[in-house]
Amino acid sequence: MSSDERQHAQPPPAAGRPGLGRPGAVRVLWIVFIAVLALTVAAELVVHLHPRFRLERWFAFNAAWGFLSCVAMVLFANLLGVFLRRPDDYYSRRPETPDDGERRGD
Amino acid sequence: MIELAFPPAFILIFGALLIAVARPALRPVIVLLVPLATLWAIWRLPDGVLLTTQFLGYPIELVESGKLRRLFATAFTVMAFAGGLFGLKQARWTELSAAYAYAAGAVGVSFAGDLITMFLFWEFMALFSTLVVWCGGTEAARRAGVRYAIMHLVGGVILKIGIEGVMIHTGSIDIRPLDLDTFDAWVVLAGVLVNAAAPPVSQWLSDAYPEASPTGTVFLSAFTTKTAVLALILLFPGAEVLVWIGLYMVFYGITYALLENDMRRILAYSIVNQVGFMVCGIGIGTQMALNGAAAHAFVHIIYKALLLMSAGAVMYQTGRRKCTDLGGLYHSMPLTMTCGMIGALSISAFPLTSGFVTKSLISEAAGQQGLEVVWMLLTAASAGVFLHAGIKFPWFVFFHRDSGLRPPDPPWNMRAAMLLFAAACILLGCFPGLLYPLLPFPVDYVPYTASHVVTQLQLLLFAGLAFFVMLSQMERMLTVTLDFDWFYRVLLVRVAVVVERAWHRLIARLRDLRRDLGAVLGPRFEDWFLPQGRLAQTWPTGSMTLWVTVILVLLVVLAQRDTLP
Repeated sequence: MSSDERQHAQPPPAAGRPGLGRPGAVRVLWIVFIAVLALTVAAELVVHLHPRFRLERWFAFNAAWGFLSCVAMVLFANLLGVFLRRPDDYYSRRPETPDDGERRGD
Repeated sequence: MIELAFPPAFILIFGALLIAVARPALRPVIVLLVPLATLWAIWRLPDGVLLTTQFLGYPIELVESGKLRRLFATAFTVMAFAGGLFGLKQARWTELSAAYAYAAGAVGVSFAGDLITMFLFWEFMALFSTLVVWCGGTEAARRAGVRYAIMHLVGGVILKIGIEGVMIHTGSIDIRPLDLDTFDAWVVLAGVLVNAAAPPVSQWLSDAYPEASPTGTVFLSAFTTKTAVLALILLFPGAEVLVWIGLYMVFYGITYALLENDMRRILAYSIVNQVGFMVCGIGIGTQMALNGAAAHAFVHIIYKALLLMSAGAVMYQTGRRKCTDLGGLYHSMPLTMTCGMIGALSISAFPLTSGFVTKSLISEAAGQQGLEVVWMLLTAASAGVFLHAGIKFPWFVFFHRDSGLRPPDPPWNMRAAMLLFAAACILLGCFPGLLYPLLPFPVDYVPYTASHVVTQLQLLLFAGLAFFVMLSQMERMLTVTLDFDWFYRVLLVRVAVVVERAWHRLIARLRDLRRDLGAVLGPRFEDWFLPQGRLAQTWPTGSMTLWVTVILVLLVVLAQRDTLP
């Protein structure tokens, strides 16, 4: 996952800029990110939460709910995309375009 | 006290006219001063009905002020100022003039005390927003503008039918909460919901807005849907159906934004998503929920304009708007990136940004009412907002794979407009006390509790984790996603083509038939009817008498038939 990430985030070497493009930068970012994630969950141990609903009382409910609902939304969107996605010139080559007039003529 | 009650909308209309006729050197000054003058006028208005007249025997309340109306009018005017600043040097004067007239319509609706005034300004907005779409200047913009205009004119007609029903059946044109127990009220609701981009016509928004110019889209994002939100608060607070319509809009926006490739269309879908939160809040209908809807509309106008300014700046500098063509712009557009990120964090309701202190009012209201399912869905949707607008937009535009583009940050006025709104997002987020007193009802809510901050950070950061884990699933593709408009952009056209072809075939058949009949009957026709034909000849009188007698006998026989045994 993280190696895939690095590929995506790295500009071609020609960019030659410091910052995100630097080798290893993305790895560091991932480590920091995971540390922050762990911190927000760990904070539940010290912070007194005010759950209102049954599910909310579960440990790390918000973390799990945020993660799972987003995964579900992405999967659902992609499933819908199977049926609804079209090439992006779809509308510009529909019969409403002016060149259709010529086709209609014959 | 006529000078006190001068309608603030008229200042903007006057300004729009002035922009059109002024010398080019004066235009920037007018563009910047007119919203400030309007803002001054708005805040001088005391509460209550301030300017009345008669129209068709109905009392027209041209200006009615109050906390809620002032809040929306302020947001619209501030938006006009920032939009004007953003397009000061880049937008054509026709566009700025149309945009200011459009803003005037929104301010007019805000202060409309009766349904007739509201309707007039409503249509005013439809007219000038169409012009703003057309100012995109491309063939795609022209076509999108026509579709947009048709949608809004149809919506306007629906609204008008409803208003007339209410006028006739209740005898009152006052703007007050309507019960959804009459047909009229449902029709008014439908008319308002068209402008709120509610299902099934949500797609007019993502169809038209991204085709406008960089400045035009910024203006368009603010007025139409938010005046609809205001109208819903005034007319249908607590209508339960709005909870479900709102939730549908929330998830519709997320789903379509996740599939979208055009950066400004992603943000357009997220307008539907955000308006969904507000509509849901209005449906919940408690004081806290209505406060939340109003507050969220206010801050949404600011951060959505900020997001679209940052997208507009990218488009202005690169000429590109598809995520597949962009990426890695953080190298050379650090300010645009930073402002875009602040907008993205605000829309995601990150702590210390404006969205955090307003969106939570709505979900808190759902929680207080014990609406567990609604609360769970709103919470999931908050995570989804971070997914599609909070990360997807900045990630694919400013980071991700390097597109090799190195455009600089945009001109100073665009940068200034972005900085202004970015500062507003942070300021309102850090000091909710600035916003809460402006809300229609007293606020008894503290957003910054340790519990709220921790749960919100968990929710959002784990949504972020989901984004990066699922990144391969979110690969940008050169696609569009079909929507309800497919029915009238494709199916209806196909049906029309089929009908037209069938018609042409029918005409051709009839022509053939006439030709064939002509070939067969022609000679006979000539035999009978032409000057030398049989019917044209003079006949002997005896022959005629004979035939008259025959007919007479037949008639007599037929007439006597019933009496015969």
